Amino acid sequence: MSNITDLTISELQAGFRRGDFTPADAVRALEARIANVDSSIGAYLSRDFDTALAAAEKADISLPLGGVPIGIKDAINVLGESCTCSSKMLTGYKSPYDATVIGKLRAAGAIPFGRLNMDEFAMGSSTENSAYQITRNPWDTSRIPGGSSGGSAASVAAREAFATLGSDTGGSIRQPAALCGVVGLKPSYGRVSRYGLVAFASSLDQIGPIARTTRDCAGILNAIAGKDPHDSTSLDLPAEDFTSQLGRDLKGVKIGIPREYFVDGMDKRVREKVEAAIRQCENLGAELVEVSLPHTSYAVGVYYIIATAEASANLARFDGVRYGHRAQNPRDLLDHYMRSREEGFGSEVKRRIILGTYVLSSGYYDAYYLRAQKVRTLIRQDFANAFEKVDALICPTSPDLAFKIGERTDDPLRMYLADIFTIATNLAGICGISVPCGLIEEEGKPLPVGLQFLGKAMDESRLLGIADAFERSQEKTYPSIA
Amino acid sequence: MSSPNLDVRDVARLARIELTDEEATTFQAQLGRVLEYVEQLGALDVSQVEPTAHANPVFNVFREDVPQPGLDRKVVLANAPHSANNLVVVTKVIE
Repeated sequence: MSNITDLTISELQAGFRRGDFTPADAVRALEARIANVDSSIGAYLSRDFDTALAAAEKADISLPLGGVPIGIKDAINVLGESCTCSSKMLTGYKSPYDATVIGKLRAAGAIPFGRLNMDEFAMGSSTENSAYQITRNPWDTSRIPGGSSGGSAASVAAREAFATLGSDTGGSIRQPAALCGVVGLKPSYGRVSRYGLVAFASSLDQIGPIARTTRDCAGILNAIAGKDPHDSTSLDLPAEDFTSQLGRDLKGVKIGIPREYFVDGMDKRVREKVEAAIRQCENLGAELVEVSLPHTSYAVGVYYIIATAEASANLARFDGVRYGHRAQNPRDLLDHYMRSREEGFGSEVKRRIILGTYVLSSGYYDAYYLRAQKVRTLIRQDFANAFEKVDALICPTSPDLAFKIGERTDDPLRMYLADIFTIATNLAGICGISVPCGLIEEEGKPLPVGLQFLGKAMDESRLLGIADAFERSQEKTYPSIA
Repeated sequence: MSSPNLDVRDVARLARIELTDEEATTFQAQLGRVLEYVEQLGALDVSQVEPTAHANPVFNVFREDVPQPGLDRKVVLANAPHSANNLVVVTKVIE
């Protein structure tokens, strides 16, 4: 038998049912694997082995995720555990409650295990903005894992997690999943409660799974989806089994190719892999249709106005009064605020709060924020028009392969442009998934390429079915880690 | 669209963030480039377009006004940087 930590969730659960091993064995195997590889990956900020083991020993394997350990991005509150958002602002903070998704995972029998590194307050695309540590790409440890959910993706690729939760505001689940060669799902806005997720941009944030297969993502979505009285933006929808359309082919499925997502400036080799994946979808029976999303080139600009505006309001709560970092010996209240926030926040967070404050400030609100909200309407309409013609869209997840650590840290705009293919999804509130579609050799090491499918809002079942059909036609590969 | 005339120090003060001289210089240049980039939005005619604040326009989500249990005071205060007598101690506001 292969190592337990190499298994998908489905295989792990089959092993539990056959009695090959127990949930406690799974937790011990994870702990051993983490001890072995995490010094070279740096995915985990912390983990509580004893608590996980105690939960595993009581696990009910008849439940939908019974006994399955799931890693948690450090932005999601788990009762009694630290929740720093990889920021010095929240060093020492202990969650006084479970996020709704954590309560739902527990109810489904899963075991939340470990705190996964991220860009500070989810602001970044490389996980280099963590105040605590660098997370390295398991395929090449001189490269970034993507971000902001870099720890969530790298841990799954390195087989030091079976699956994880991340959050996606502009691509923060899908882009790291693509760069680490795993599957990442951003559900539609309103599908999953955000209660207990530390807010970055409230009209864009959504929690979702990262796993080794589309099927595993569907199983986790089954557990975490649903209306929550604690999040007024979560939607009350009929119960749905998100695995219901798995295992099919693509006959009768219409897939749109948005021409604006195949532009100059992207890595030519990435483009070739994605074009090969599109032909593969055709071989599987899909009908391909070229579509246009004419306002795509405005999405990054709209995003960095709306997301920073919302962040500047959301992060005003970090004032050093009730929790979080407080500066020593302030002269007065203003000095208390100014220095607590200066000392607690890292550079990218400060940059974005300042930008967001500027675009909301008197005299600039109409020119920036209001205009961005109007262009957001046009971007939504682009997708609505496209989804009248097709069932899903296909495109790259990221224009580039994983880049070198440190390569883009001095150039925020260039870093922002790396999100060009994922950002519009969040602005429109639709769902999207990244699945691996091949490897490209770079400096003697294979690096994964991600293929993205986008579906209309609340159409996750169909989206997962399409991604699963493609995924099963691909060979599964994982990085070898010394 | 107006041309960017961002004064980083001024805005940082509005956002209650102290900046070092080095940060102010770096952010001024970096955010200037970001604002130049977003100038492209000015090319679109949006005079007839309604703004979108949220992906799912839901309004007035109410619940019954009944008391619900809150978080335990001890647990909450454990996260406070400074507390005494079951209260959060704040920086002096009035002389």
